[in-house]
Amino acid sequence: MTQNPYLWLIPTLPLAGAAINGFFGRRSSKTAVTTIALVFPALAFALACWIAVSFSSSAAPYVFDLAHWIRSGSFSADFAFYLDQLSLVMMLVVTGVGFLIHIYSVGYMADDPSYYRFFTYLNLFMFFMLTLVLANNYLVMFIGWEGVGLASYLLIGFWFTKDSAASAGKKAFIVNRIGDFGFLIGLFLIIQHFGSLTFTDVFAKVQSLGVESSAGLLTAIGILLMVGACGKSAQIPLYVWLPDAMEGPTPVSALIHAATMVTAGVYMVARSHVIFERAPIALTVVAVIGTLTAFFAATIGITQMDIKKVLAYSTVSQLGYMFMACGAGAFSAGIFHLMTHAFFKGLLFLGAGSVIHSVGGEQDMRKMGGLRSYIPWTFMTMLIATAAIAGIPPLAGFWSKDEILWKAYEANPVYWVIGAITAFITSFYMFRLLFMTFWGDYKGIKVDDHGHAHAAHDHGGHGHGEPHESPMVMLAPLMILALLSLVGGLVGIHNGFEHFLEPVFGSEFPKAIAEPGNTEWLLMGISVLFSVAGLVLAYVLYVSKPYLPEKISASLGAFYDAVVNKYYVDEIYAKIFVKPLVDASTSILWQGVDRKVIDDSVNNAADGARHVSDEVRHMQSGNLRSYAGWIASGAAIVIAYMIWRGVGQ
Amino acid sequence: MVPLSYYLVLSGILFACGVLGFLIKRNIITIFMSIELMLNGVNLSFVAFAAHWKVLAGQIFVFFILVVAAAEAAVGLAIIIAVYRTRETLNVDQVNLLKL
Repeated sequence: MTQNPYLWLIPTLPLAGAAINGFFGRRSSKTAVTTIALVFPALAFALACWIAVSFSSSAAPYVFDLAHWIRSGSFSADFAFYLDQLSLVMMLVVTGVGFLIHIYSVGYMADDPSYYRFFTYLNLFMFFMLTLVLANNYLVMFIGWEGVGLASYLLIGFWFTKDSAASAGKKAFIVNRIGDFGFLIGLFLIIQHFGSLTFTDVFAKVQSLGVESSAGLLTAIGILLMVGACGKSAQIPLYVWLPDAMEGPTPVSALIHAATMVTAGVYMVARSHVIFERAPIALTVVAVIGTLTAFFAATIGITQMDIKKVLAYSTVSQLGYMFMACGAGAFSAGIFHLMTHAFFKGLLFLGAGSVIHSVGGEQDMRKMGGLRSYIPWTFMTMLIATAAIAGIPPLAGFWSKDEILWKAYEANPVYWVIGAITAFITSFYMFRLLFMTFWGDYKGIKVDDHGHAHAAHDHGGHGHGEPHESPMVMLAPLMILALLSLVGGLVGIHNGFEHFLEPVFGSEFPKAIAEPGNTEWLLMGISVLFSVAGLVLAYVLYVSKPYLPEKISASLGAFYDAVVNKYYVDEIYAKIFVKPLVDASTSILWQGVDRKVIDDSVNNAADGARHVSDEVRHMQSGNLRSYAGWIASGAAIVIAYMIWRGVGQ
Repeated sequence: MVPLSYYLVLSGILFACGVLGFLIKRNIITIFMSIELMLNGVNLSFVAFAAHWKVLAGQIFVFFILVVAAAEAAVGLAIIIAVYRTRETLNVDQVNLLKL
C-alpha cells in the first residue's frame, strides 16, 4: 500500500467543472462554458495519465484517505480512494473516452439551447463514474453507483419536453432501483458478516473462507451483487431500460450507455472476484445470465431499424459477453473486452451520431443508404469500428472476444457454442447496419424540408440539402477512437493484459496463464470464420440481393414479428409487473388506504363533530325559558340521582 | 312545635312555585321575582334545619344569601332597566339576539 495524495483530485476535477457550469453556466458565454467543460475532464485525464505513467506494480495498490465519513462502533467507512491495476484501467478508459466524447459533444450539441446544462450533467457523470471506479470501499462505490444512475437519468431525459424521453429516463431510474435493491442487501450481508465494507478488509476475511460447495453466504452475496450488476449493466431480466435510454443525446449514449456506466456492473463483479471465486453457484449464475443476454439481445439487434437501437441491443449483447467471461472466472478477459468495447462501441455511437447529424436527425436506417460518398470520414471510422466489434482480426474486438470465447470454452463448451453463434449474429447485424447506412442509394429527402415529420430533435437550426460531413471537432474524436479500435487489442497479445492484471485477479487460484495451443487456434479459426460468414451474409442480403430480407422476414411470419417487437418483453413486464403494481397502488394504496382510511378518518372526524354540534346547538335557542328548563331538568336529574344513591345506602 | 317536615314541604312548594314561574312567565320582572322566591324557599329550609339541629351555620348562611341576593337584585334591576331602554320590551322571548 502506498499513499498517493493526488488520487482524490481525479474525481474532484470534473465535479468542479460541473459546479462552475451548473451555477454560472446559464449566464456565461458559450465559449466560457465550453472551456470549463473541456478543461476539467482534460486535467483529470492528464492527471490520470501521469499517475498511470508513474504507476509501478510493486508499489500498488495506491490508497488515499480523503476524510472520515462513518465511524460507528467497530464499523467505519471513509471517503477513501484505491488504485490498483484494475481501477487504473477503468480510470484511463473513463477519463480518456470521456474526454473524447466531451470534445465530440461540443460539435454535436452546438445548437442546443441547454448547452451548459448538458455539460454540467456530463461533468457530473464523470465525477460519479470516477468515484465509482476509484472507491476504496463498497459504500463510496455505491455513491458513485447511484450518482451515475442519477446522471444517466438526467441525460436520458435531457430533452425532457419530449414525453418519450422523460418516461425513458424514469424507466431507467426505476429499473435500476430494482438492481440497486439487490446490491444494497448484498452490502448489508457483507457488513453483517465481515463488519466492514473496505475492499481489502472484506476480501482478507473472505479469503479465510473456503470455496463453497453448496449455496451459502458467499453465494447469496454474489447473487445479490449480480442483481445490482444486472440493473446497471442491462442484463436479463433488467436490460429493458437500455434500449429506451437511446432517447438521450447520442454522445450520452456513447459515454454512459455504451462505454462507461453500463460497464460498472462488470467492474463491480470483477472487483468482488474474491467473493465470486469462492461461490461457484454465483459464478454459474453470472455466466448463464451473461451468455443468455449476449445471445438474446443479439437476435433482437438483427431486426431493429433505428440505428441507435441496433447499437443499444449490441451493447446489451456485448455486456453479456463480459459477464460470460466473469462467470467463466476469466475476469481479466472481461475487463479486456470492457476496454476494447469502450473504444469501438463509443466510436460506433459517435459515428452513428455523426450519421444522424449528417442526414438531419433521421435515425431510421431505411431512410439512409449510400452515405459512403457523402461522409467519407465517418464511413471510414465506422467501418473500422464495425470490423472491430465483429471480431475481424487484428482489430481490438477480435482479441478480447476471442479471449472470452476461449476462456468460456475452458469453463463449459456450451457457453462457447452460444458465444460463437452470437459472434456470428453480431457480425451480421453490425454489417447490416453498415451496408444499410453507407451502401446503395441515398433514400432520404435531399431537398430542404425542415419542420417536417422527422424534424430533428437534436438538430434544429440550419437547413439540409445533401448529407454533409460533420465538423472537425466531431471527427477528431472519431479518428482517435478508430485508432484505438485498430490497435487497442494488441495489448492482449501474449496475454499482456492478463499479466498486467494478474496482481489483482491471479494471486490466489493460480491458473497458469496458458499460451494458445491447438484447440485455441481452432477455436479462433472458427470464430473468425463466423465473423466473416456474418459479413458475407449481410453483404448478400443487403447489398447484392436487397429484395431478400423482406421475403425472409415475411416467410418467418409470427416469429419475425416477435423479434421485431423485442420478444414482447416490455409488454410482458407491463402485464406482469407494472400493471398489477399500478392497479394495486390505485385500488389498494390510493383508493383503499389513502382515501378510505386516512382521508376518511379525517373527514369523518370533522363530519361527526359537525353533526353532533348541529344537533346540540338546538339547545341554544335563545329562548331564556328553555335554558331555565334545561337547568331545572338537569338539577332534577342530579337530585334524583343523589336521592337514589342515598336510598340505596 | 311545628315539625321540620312542614317547613321543608313549604320550602319545596315555594321553590317549585319559583321554578314554575320562571319557566312560564315572559315578563323579566316576574322572572326576577320567581328567582327571589326560589332563593327564599331555600333560605327557609336553611333556617328550618338550623333551628332543628341547633346549629348556627344555617342561619349565617341565610344572611350571606340575603346579602348576595340584594347585590344581585341591584345588578339585575339595572340590567332590566338597560334592556327596557334599548329594546322597549320586557318580554324575554324577544330578547334573543344571541340566538344562533
